[in-house]
Amino acid sequence: MKRIALLGMPNTGKSTLFNRISGASARVGNWPGITVDLMSAKILIGGHIADLIDLPGIYDLHGFSEDEQVVRHFLANNAVDLVIILLNSSQIDRQLSLVLQIKKLNIQAVLALNMADEAKQTGITIDTENLASALAMPVLQISAKYGDGLPKALQAAAQIINQNQIPTDPKLINRMLQADHQIEREMDTLIQKYVQIPTTLTDNTTDKIDRILLHKWFGLPLFFVAMFLFFQFIFSVGKPLQDLLAWAFRILRSDVLNSLFANSPAWFSGLMLDGVYNGLATVAAFVPIIVLFFLVMSMVEDSGYLSRAAFLMDALMAKMGLDGRGFVMMLMGFGCNVPALMGTRIMRSRPMRLLTMLVIPLSLCSARLQVFIFIIAALFTAQQAPIILFALYVTSFFTMFLTALLFQGQYKNSEPFLLELPPYRFPTPRQIVLRGWQEVKHFLIRASKFIIIGVVLVWALTNFPSDVPPASAGTIAGQIGLLFAPALDPIGINTQLAIALIFGFVAKEIVIGALAVIYGLQGEALMAQMASQIDWVQAMSFMLFTLIYTPCLSTIATLKNESKSSGFMWLSIAWSLSLAWVVSFVFYQGARALGF
Amino acid sequence: MRPLSQLNIAQSAIISAIEADESLFNRLSALGFRVGKTIRIIRRANFNGPLQVRLGTTDVILRHTDAARIQVNLNEH
Repeated sequence: MKRIALLGMPNTGKSTLFNRISGASARVGNWPGITVDLMSAKILIGGHIADLIDLPGIYDLHGFSEDEQVVRHFLANNAVDLVIILLNSSQIDRQLSLVLQIKKLNIQAVLALNMADEAKQTGITIDTENLASALAMPVLQISAKYGDGLPKALQAAAQIINQNQIPTDPKLINRMLQADHQIEREMDTLIQKYVQIPTTLTDNTTDKIDRILLHKWFGLPLFFVAMFLFFQFIFSVGKPLQDLLAWAFRILRSDVLNSLFANSPAWFSGLMLDGVYNGLATVAAFVPIIVLFFLVMSMVEDSGYLSRAAFLMDALMAKMGLDGRGFVMMLMGFGCNVPALMGTRIMRSRPMRLLTMLVIPLSLCSARLQVFIFIIAALFTAQQAPIILFALYVTSFFTMFLTALLFQGQYKNSEPFLLELPPYRFPTPRQIVLRGWQEVKHFLIRASKFIIIGVVLVWALTNFPSDVPPASAGTIAGQIGLLFAPALDPIGINTQLAIALIFGFVAKEIVIGALAVIYGLQGEALMAQMASQIDWVQAMSFMLFTLIYTPCLSTIATLKNESKSSGFMWLSIAWSLSLAWVVSFVFYQGARALGF
Repeated sequence: MRPLSQLNIAQSAIISAIEADESLFNRLSALGFRVGKTIRIIRRANFNGPLQVRLGTTDVILRHTDAARIQVNLNEH
């Protein structure tokens, strides 16, 4: 099989081109010599089947950023038959260096010049024919977004593939990558000869938009309004879809599955329905939100606004060892932690990404909000309610800042904060939909097994031994609750609440349902029963603990997938559990000491 | 000669030296920061936030500390 690598600088539309060529057949895979996953797809080209690999966007083959090392290690460990280099036509004056670096390595290459229309608007003209002969490789203008010129570019690629030349020798590449100079001078002569750039660019739409969106005083408020509208959109569209999905799962169970399992032993139907089936439903509940989030995110990212958000928020975020892009994800975490964690992929520096991923699970997501609203309604007056809720949000922000400050020494960001501000662009619907679909596929494949096992485990803990009522003190979960009593008593959490916390490990949405099972009551009656059994200090302590400890199994599964490190996952769990305990302890004992 | 970080908005200057360690230097040169190139500050973020600068056809944002490592000479006209 042939192997074709797709290479280009960031913001040149490389992923768009990759998606256009590969359609929806792309998959994520591991490659020798590198630790990150790369997208690849099997394509038919010139009568051969070839693996097309989407390499990370880099500025320089010789740089020291993580992505640059990934590309270098890929080329030094994997033979390739062809490299398709994608450049942004309007920035050809500096991007050409990448082409010359590839040429120096004697790798067969096709040069695709993207965004030819944008270059034309700014008055840049490129003599592709003569540039091609000077570079000794095909040079073609294309539009990755609309597909113009793509057939010709692929034809040129097919021609090279059909020549059946010997693929690159990774060992040789490795040696050649060690040294080179000269490229800069060569680049300048080529640009002077074949490219005309006007001294001032004629298109200034981006400047005009920036004057408003990056305004000294209006920029930040506008950013918050934009973010609010995005999240509002995600949840106002996503919530009904989630409810619809939950309804469908309920109907399927009550109308079909219950009768199907009516004759099987109780433990088996419990395992299948309360365990496996509920696990599936838990996974499915995240799908609408993830799709919508990535629809909006790819729009924001591809439009160029995300880099602007980084510009606006950097002053504050730099103090926490994070950067402006992390802030967008932290905000998203207040809706749902899972897509927020997946979204950190836009950060290329691993330490900074890990630090952001450590912080996100502490944001008060919508599932936790449901628990708080129920408990607040049960134990506080309508006047107190908003204050309590506000205090919980403040606590959430506080724990996030504290975590970032404490861990920023551990996760020192080694990459300088230098970001290109690309001109504003409109992404196409196709681009947006493909992205949403790929992210969901990724989540379903990686997370479902983990989550179903977790749900089955919690079901077993709360249903065995089977001769006592489910979720009572006699079950394994109840025993665990009793076992941890010495740790939970000092923070005012009794056995019933401890069992609810074990349920909450799966998903916060089921905590109220779990309390209903534990107390054997529902709605108003459950509220009254809880109000008579615990006082407001205990309730507050329980809410603080619920806020800070591990948000849900899906978050844990995502943490593990995204960080590719079980150690990091355990660190996150251990840190949030201990922080939850300490905060609840300080609050509970403090309130009691003050006589409440 | 003065550091880029001290340039006023809309002032244009020529890069005269880049005093950065290897990783920063490489990133800068990949983005087009080279001695002799004309550079202009477009805007500064509030609260001592990053600078937006323009080099040829490229807009880049960078922090104060990094901008302080780039020495420039004012363009007189």
